[in-house]
Amino acid sequence: MIRFDAVSKNYPNGTTAVDDLSLELAEGGITVLVGPSGCGKTTTLRMINRMVEPTAGTVSLRGRDIREVNAPELRRGIGYVIQHAGLFPHRTILDNIATVPLLLGWSRKKARARAAELLELVGLPAEMAGRYPSQLSGGQQQRVGVARALGADPPVLLMDEPFSAVDPIVRAELQAEFIRLQKELHKTIVFVTHDIDEAIKLGDNIAVFRTGGRLAQFDTPERLLAQPADDFVAGFVGQDRGIRRLSFLKAAEVPLRDGAVLPATSPVASARAADEPWVLVVDAERRPLGWAAVAELPESGTLADAPLTPLGHTFSLVGDSARAALDSALLSPSRLAVGVDADGAVVGVADAHELSAGVAAAEVPEAAEDAAVDAAPEVAKDGDAESGVSKDEVAKGADAKTGDTAGSVGPGGGER
Amino acid sequence: MNDLLNQLGLVGDWLTSSKQWHGAEGIPQRLLEHLTYSGASLLFAALIGLTLGLLVGHTGRGAFAVASVANLARAIPTFGLVVLVVTLAGLSTTPVLVALVALAVPPILINTFEGVRGVDPATRDAARGVGMTEWEVLVRVEVPMALPLILLGLRVAAIQVVATATVAAYPGLGGLGRFIVDGLSRNDYELVIGGSTVVVVLALVVQILFTALRRVIVSPGLRVSASKS
Repeated sequence: MIRFDAVSKNYPNGTTAVDDLSLELAEGGITVLVGPSGCGKTTTLRMINRMVEPTAGTVSLRGRDIREVNAPELRRGIGYVIQHAGLFPHRTILDNIATVPLLLGWSRKKARARAAELLELVGLPAEMAGRYPSQLSGGQQQRVGVARALGADPPVLLMDEPFSAVDPIVRAELQAEFIRLQKELHKTIVFVTHDIDEAIKLGDNIAVFRTGGRLAQFDTPERLLAQPADDFVAGFVGQDRGIRRLSFLKAAEVPLRDGAVLPATSPVASARAADEPWVLVVDAERRPLGWAAVAELPESGTLADAPLTPLGHTFSLVGDSARAALDSALLSPSRLAVGVDADGAVVGVADAHELSAGVAAAEVPEAAEDAAVDAAPEVAKDGDAESGVSKDEVAKGADAKTGDTAGSVGPGGGER
Repeated sequence: MNDLLNQLGLVGDWLTSSKQWHGAEGIPQRLLEHLTYSGASLLFAALIGLTLGLLVGHTGRGAFAVASVANLARAIPTFGLVVLVVTLAGLSTTPVLVALVALAVPPILINTFEGVRGVDPATRDAARGVGMTEWEVLVRVEVPMALPLILLGLRVAAIQVVATATVAAYPGLGGLGRFIVDGLSRNDYELVIGGSTVVVVLALVVQILFTALRRVIVSPGLRVSASKS
């Protein structure tokens, strides 16, 4: 779809923004370009719509060298969203969104009708149509920016740090909205960010760039976290990539036990018999009521009489990831995570150790599979993925700490 | 105090006396001459100032040259320029126009240039990024956004020209300056003050016209942001 062939961009002052980049971006997915500032990610993006011309190599779009197309014409067929939205302050919201259709020569009426549709698509109320950009919040402006980019329904969308200028809450909202929109539209999206969390959250594929404009790794988010190509990538994806990997594991796969889950009607003695410091008290529908500390239970009666400690938060076996489960365990007063089903009924509980054991068990087949694709002979020699991982970690040296975090998941799983 | 009131009375008499409102020496005729010089010079000045200002503002090339030339031109005394051009070109309308144009170009040029250059680079980037040609970027984005400053430049120029067009009277070319020049040479202060009053009123009218124009042609979106900051 979008192809970079040995593309470089050098500036007359001697800086190299992009160095010999070859990359092919798949149609219909979100490719995130990520890296520290000055790594050439924005330059790479801007070479796709000829906002920057490469000094060497070719960029092609759907098999056609983009230099064959006159730049303004090319850009009208590619959506473009930038950091501060870059709306035209002298035009109403509706006319901002209608910009590209108008440039393409649509009638004013048709262009505005299309703009009104898009306003709705990005989740803004129709009465905003007549306002001006300065009357909108940053988040709203960014939505208008996205709507403007979608004006002529281009197959490709370029987004240059579109959500980085808004506060974290609005950013999370925009990201969720963006994922929803992409499910509906299936555009080919190239997305630049310096935020690795955003990259992992949004990207189908991630290209990590290093300073000097070199591509360090191009992979799926899962593989980027599991098998960073080198120290730079490992460092960039962060010390807590072990934790982040949990985002890709479904909570449904973690093992739960229900011995410590008791209905409010059960006698106090049964809680003591459970041999746990805490028991989870549930109602008749198994909805969680709260934690009861066994040491503080009354002499007799039922658990309904026991003082309850609030729950913290539960995780859902239906929608949540293993990361949410671990989070739930760490925040729980009993150190136990509470897993609920779609109706909110308790399925069971697990502590952090049990979770990591379960995660490791769920991961092993996948890791072996990955390794098989990558380096089949090595797998045969190593026998199991676990030793493969530890060997990998030793090779990394400088990254030992990160390695430990990720590694502990594996052996822990073996012991339990 | 009495003296002032007396003077005002005399000026009032002068302004309202019927002979001032008729014939080749009357206010309407002088006003027409005055407006012709002012209007023509402003037109030329706008042509030069806007073209150069938009060009340099858009391309960013020659910014330093523009600023230097405009500042230099501001320092040239208008009256001296009239005398110089009259000496060189003889007695005609040309020296007056040249002087007035020279006076009007700098504010138009500088404000137009600043207005265009002051457009947020992100907005300009977005304009190109969505597929505008350079001409479309200029006409659809930069000019509308620079309009408040462009109008300011034109207004300053227009008021200066209207006030200074009185110099046309020195080489005997008429205009409202005639009253002032004649009044001074005859020690007729009534005439001087009367003529000056008409010029002041004219300047105020120009100011009001531009304020109204701004209200009509500047996008409300820009006014909102201006009132915010």
